[in-house]
Amino acid sequence: MYGEKAVELIRQLHRSPDGSMPPFNEDGIRQVLEEMRVLFEQNQADVNKTVEGAPGLFPGVQLRHAALERNKRCLLAYMCNRMERLRAMRWEFGSVLPPDIRYNLSEQEIQWFSRYNKSLATYMRSIGGPNGGGLDLTQDLKPPKSLYIEVRCLMDHGEFETEDGTILLLKKDSQHFLQRSQCEHLIRQGVLEHIL
Amino acid sequence: MFAPCVKYPTRLREDYFSIEDILTTQEKVPCKFQSAVIGIGFLDPGAEGDDLAAGTAMELPYWLARALCSRKRRIVTVEMPKPYREGYRQILSADANVVDLHKLGPYYYAFGMYLQSFGLPDAGEIANTLLQTFSTRFRRIMDSAQNCLNEDTTAVTGKLDELERVLFRVGQEGLTAFQCWQSGQSAKIVPSTMVTNYRKRKRQDGD
Repeated sequence: MYGEKAVELIRQLHRSPDGSMPPFNEDGIRQVLEEMRVLFEQNQADVNKTVEGAPGLFPGVQLRHAALERNKRCLLAYMCNRMERLRAMRWEFGSVLPPDIRYNLSEQEIQWFSRYNKSLATYMRSIGGPNGGGLDLTQDLKPPKSLYIEVRCLMDHGEFETEDGTILLLKKDSQHFLQRSQCEHLIRQGVLEHIL
Repeated sequence: MFAPCVKYPTRLREDYFSIEDILTTQEKVPCKFQSAVIGIGFLDPGAEGDDLAAGTAMELPYWLARALCSRKRRIVTVEMPKPYREGYRQILSADANVVDLHKLGPYYYAFGMYLQSFGLPDAGEIANTLLQTFSTRFRRIMDSAQNCLNEDTTAVTGKLDELERVLFRVGQEGLTAFQCWQSGQSAKIVPSTMVTNYRKRKRQDGD
């Protein structure tokens, strides 16, 4: 049946759980495009024949046209949904993606991601006017209750330099008392645990 | 709004880019060809030659049936898929709670609404059944979503259609958020769910 390969792409996305990125299926996309090319050529040939007066070809044209539209929709939805997932990842993982997620992206998606990063950074710097110093929108997703918080390391993370220049060693199971703004990202990444 | 939220399929409704909608419109509808279609005989494995003869009956995905059956052109005529016919409607009106809707069609409600567009004679009755079914089942879904905490919910969600599953999940998340707030944990900064899910998988791969 027409459109089967295109829906397979969509199913692949549907199956992959939140927080993962299935490999960019370049082969699948090429197959769909090939199917579309064949459909288009057949349609064009049939339309030409109809213009010359051959009867009864119209239902076939109609059917293939529907299949073309469907394939187009599936392909666009595939790209769009991947892009949205990638955008969500910028907010969840931060500006650097884990290598195996990056490995599953296409060339264009990597470009898009770095451009999105850049736009977001530029925007966040521009908040509050030229002298405002900017605002990190990815911080304080929950309203902050205190300036300093207590955290525990869940894994060895190496050295960490705070804003005032002190160097801390983030060793597994060690506990620290840090400025909330500085360690929020590490908590979101699962390196530190917030202790109430 | 802060981070773009991808937790729920935000596009359950009709939308060009919606994955759910594409999968809904992929469901099959029994059709009968009214006119011969030249050159696509391969669609029907039982057909002889390259053409589909008029009168051939086969199941087509909704998107194709929709394109071939409208007021302007009637290349195919459409019949109601089985799970929406009289027999199943009676089962649903007898007791909707025990029916495995996911088995009848993972997108039972959404697809049922799509079927309205063909203007079949029992369309109105189907719409009524869908509404009745939903309101009967919703009470139970809400109840179980608000009362299973830290339990295995697969037995409950197994029989729900995709729309109901989303509702169930939203209910569950509301419940956990409430529990969190009650125990004073809501100010705690937690790792992002995406990162946690990602790590879990990494751990599995590493083993």
